[in-house]
Amino acid sequence: MSEEKRNLTCIRCPMGCQITVTLESGEVRAVEGNSCPRGDEYARNEVTHPVRTVTSTVRVRKGSLPVVSVKTQTDIPKDRIFDVMRDINSVTVTAPVHIGDVLMENIAGTGVALVATRDVPAA
Amino acid sequence: MRQDVRIVIIGGGPAGLAAAAAAAEQGVPVGDILIIERDDKLGGILNQCIHNGFGLHTFREELTGPEYAQRYIDLVEKDEIPYLLNTIVVDISKSKEAAPCGGHAGAAKNASRGYKTVTAMNSTDGMIQIRAEAVILAMGCRERPRGALNIPGYRPAGIYTAGTAQRFVNIEGRMPGREVVILGSGDIGLIMARRMTLEGAKVKVVAELMPYSGGLKRNIVQCLDDFGIPLKLSHTVVDIRGRDRVEGVTIAEVGPDRKPIPGTEEYYSCDTLLLSCGLIPENELSDGLGVGMNPVTNGPKVNESLETDVPGVFACGNVLHVHDLVDYVSEEATAAGACAARYVLEEETGAAGKQETGAADKPVTITATDGVRYTVPVSIHVDRMQETQRIRFRVGAVYRDAAIEVDFDGRPFRTWKKRIMAPGEMEQVILTKKDLAAAKGLRNITIRVVQGG
Amino acid sequence: MYDVLIIGAGVTGCAVARELSRYRLRTAVLERGSDVCEGTSKANSGIAHAGYDAKPGSWKARMNVAGSKMMEALSRELSFPYERNGSLVLAFSEEDRQTLEALAAQGRENGVEGLTVISGDAARQKEPNLSPDVVCALWAPTGGIVDPFLLTIALAENAKANGVEFFLNTEVLSISQTTGESGHYYVITTKAADGSEQRWETRAVVNAAGVHADVFHNMVSEDKIHIVARKGEYLLMDKKTKGFVHSTIFQCPTKMGKGVLVTPTLHGNLLIGPTAVDVEDKEAVNTTEQGLSEVLRKAGLFARQLPTRQVITSFAGLRAHEDGSDFILGEPEDAENFYDAAGIESPGLTSAPAIGAHLSGLIAEKLRAVANETFDGHREGIPCVATATEEEREALVRRNPLYANVVCRCELVTEGEIVDAIRRPVGARTLDGIKRRVRAGMGRCQAGFCTPRQVEILARELGVEQGEITKHGRGSELLVGYTKNVQDTPHAVEERTHAAAVTGAAGAVDSRDEVCGEGGNHAANAACSTGETVCRKDSEQFGGKFGANREGDA
Repeated sequence: MSEEKRNLTCIRCPMGCQITVTLESGEVRAVEGNSCPRGDEYARNEVTHPVRTVTSTVRVRKGSLPVVSVKTQTDIPKDRIFDVMRDINSVTVTAPVHIGDVLMENIAGTGVALVATRDVPAA
Repeated sequence: MRQDVRIVIIGGGPAGLAAAAAAAEQGVPVGDILIIERDDKLGGILNQCIHNGFGLHTFREELTGPEYAQRYIDLVEKDEIPYLLNTIVVDISKSKEAAPCGGHAGAAKNASRGYKTVTAMNSTDGMIQIRAEAVILAMGCRERPRGALNIPGYRPAGIYTAGTAQRFVNIEGRMPGREVVILGSGDIGLIMARRMTLEGAKVKVVAELMPYSGGLKRNIVQCLDDFGIPLKLSHTVVDIRGRDRVEGVTIAEVGPDRKPIPGTEEYYSCDTLLLSCGLIPENELSDGLGVGMNPVTNGPKVNESLETDVPGVFACGNVLHVHDLVDYVSEEATAAGACAARYVLEEETGAAGKQETGAADKPVTITATDGVRYTVPVSIHVDRMQETQRIRFRVGAVYRDAAIEVDFDGRPFRTWKKRIMAPGEMEQVILTKKDLAAAKGLRNITIRVVQGG
Repeated sequence: MYDVLIIGAGVTGCAVARELSRYRLRTAVLERGSDVCEGTSKANSGIAHAGYDAKPGSWKARMNVAGSKMMEALSRELSFPYERNGSLVLAFSEEDRQTLEALAAQGRENGVEGLTVISGDAARQKEPNLSPDVVCALWAPTGGIVDPFLLTIALAENAKANGVEFFLNTEVLSISQTTGESGHYYVITTKAADGSEQRWETRAVVNAAGVHADVFHNMVSEDKIHIVARKGEYLLMDKKTKGFVHSTIFQCPTKMGKGVLVTPTLHGNLLIGPTAVDVEDKEAVNTTEQGLSEVLRKAGLFARQLPTRQVITSFAGLRAHEDGSDFILGEPEDAENFYDAAGIESPGLTSAPAIGAHLSGLIAEKLRAVANETFDGHREGIPCVATATEEEREALVRRNPLYANVVCRCELVTEGEIVDAIRRPVGARTLDGIKRRVRAGMGRCQAGFCTPRQVEILARELGVEQGEITKHGRGSELLVGYTKNVQDTPHAVEERTHAAAVTGAAGAVDSRDEVCGEGGNHAANAACSTGETVCRKDSEQFGGKFGANREGDA
């Protein structure tokens, strides 16, 4: 029986609880140090399948700005961050762009959409 | 151009927008409110903070900076609150003369009050003079530059504050460098470590002078740990190499006196040094107006109404004290907007000559001590306070399993246990009007850290 | 063939250039840097010394006193900031008092007017923040402060307006006498455009090369000189310190060494420094931990509660100290028509107008130059919105709305002023160039907020890509490319075309203007290729590199 303890800083809120997760053969046995259920959920996810929201910018053609800020609509697997960035870097959109516009449907095959987070009017 | 309004708000960032919306909500006619913004867009610095993590408290969802700003811009647009863009305020002064506000019912009654004159300029209207009964200061803050840190070495291109780099990368789509060392673990520095990494730069190290980080935990985890970027606490930059462009920096460990320890120097080759070494409220206009300042926050001293010692001048957001979360800025600014609205509307409704007679009602003072660095507000007029009063503060060191104790005139009133408190994160306690009213003759409230609770 | 080639566009070179422009001579200034005022002239105390420091009869004494007397009229003629704020030399002991008396006597012999030794209390009456330990002080009412950048720039602009040519990014590599007619010189330089070598022929050379003047002198004369770079480190404080002191305050030189000075600047900052350390490397303008702490420690002796928390920047300059400790002016015996202005350390800034007049007189006589009847010694300064009155601001904004478009909020510098700085004769081509002309980025945030905006304006005015904008010339580019892992994007093309269209960049900056150096070449390129070649090249790149790009569905 291999027991493993992993220490995490919970990032679900600014509290930043120090959480200890006990794993046994890859299975979560215990979560300690969290002060709310969200901490428990975060810790379990973080040790089994960590996810992140990726925010970046996408090139804009004929816009009042050269780039528009974007985000993945929901979290994507943490180990796919750089794949997502590669896709983000390959897109060029033409102004106007509106906040909430979907710029890519299924980024890097994650099933998650890439959306604009601000307006960029045409130049 | 000349204009008379009742409330003028200096700054169209998150603080100014929330304050304006709140003032309108309280019943100040929107035509009597004016927001003055120096940039070409409302939203302030949030426009370049394209990362997520904003709004968890306010909207119960995780927004990016521009999205969070847009929520408040939408409020202002929906209410049709007037604003000026690309307009810089060069001076605020007070006058003893009667408040102008021509057509308003309250104008005559407010005769005793005097107004403030705001001088501004932009390329459309030229020189602008605005007279207002109330001013809300919401100018935000600036970053501490290299010069203020006395970092020795050359002065090449490639040394930027993290915020300047953020603007280049996120708004202009430009890379300020490819190999980066970051001094200071403030939030913008951490965010930029990730941002530059995602854009293909190599962030070699983040050095922090203090033995703890000034940034939020989540940022250390998601911006440094995720990418294997080392954070060196108790380290600083002791030399900058490169005459034209940065070629490298030397980092050394510092002792408890924060002075470099000889022999611990380590050289990092890089083309860019980003600085995230603290934010300074931009109070040059407040200084010019003669507003009393708190030397700890570099922001105005305010009372329960977030009113400075110049009557009718309110402050909120990072110009008042540097916040960790924008949600708290919005909350504070909403309160400031509401208080400013009450200030200008009070006379009309005849509700209270209290603002003027307030002097008779001596405020309860608030003292920060034993690890609590400051409080906002610094005083409370019990009769003017709302049912609950938030007192925000920061602590001066990292405390584990400690407590915050509030004393009323030297006697312990209440304690709150805190598992962890750190200088990077804002703390608050909430006091009720009932509690304060019950403490008859209360003169002073003390807020302190109690360790080993 | 030139009549006079001046090496170095520091304050001395520019002063000589401006004085020579009174004559009908073909004069050019060769400058290694990307702007005038790039060496010692940009990093010094900004003091117009009264003239009691130098040994009577020395060049330093003569030029200092003469320069000090010229400065006020010159500041009006050329519109640069100068003020006679007076200076105090502090004594902390009775022994020091004798030193002060000796200084006063020396000053009187040099022709300095109004020198008096006053009591400690009298000094504190003038300057309430002075330390209670001050025993007495030498008061020099003719001491002043000057903006060293604007003095140099004003001289250069006026020289240029009167026909002197300026070649920036042009480094002198060697000087030799021509084999032909005696007394002529060949000067080999790098070419601004591509760094290749270029040969110039001239009837006379002025050596105003600062810390490098010994190198050029020794190329033509057997009477060798030796200049060491003497580093001085400084700290500059926020304008909030305005009024902390009014006069310039020196410490009495003692056996313990020379002290530092504390002075207001003309813009309301407080400046403290310098140290004095001889360094091997003549380019070592880095500050050091020891140097900065020494300045703080020494300046702390002067005053109660020096506002050290208000420091906004620090810098170091190198003084050109010659072994003989005096200026070397005029022709070496064995090198006719080669005019030295070497060893110009303090009081070089104050002396510059006098050195300019002295050397130009010698040269004009030797070359039998005739007066330039079209010479106009008057220069109008760039308007300053920050210090303008309400009415002046109104008038400026009516003239050009850009004077209401604030770019640098700390110093209240507008787009109008920045555009002026760029479009001037010998105009700004770099961020530092703008800073020295109109103070954008000189304030408490040290260009944190306005750098992106300034880069944009410079690129637009010069008709170049933003990536080409530098802090202080080639190699100091501010940006390294674009995000998204690309070096160049199609936007660059649009941006270039756009820039040229909105400002008429070619018109804005005279592309034939030789003074432009690097910037001018870029402007010329942009002007003649506002589309065609550049676009074609970039579209190829676009096709090749981004051909596979998808269009978003925005």
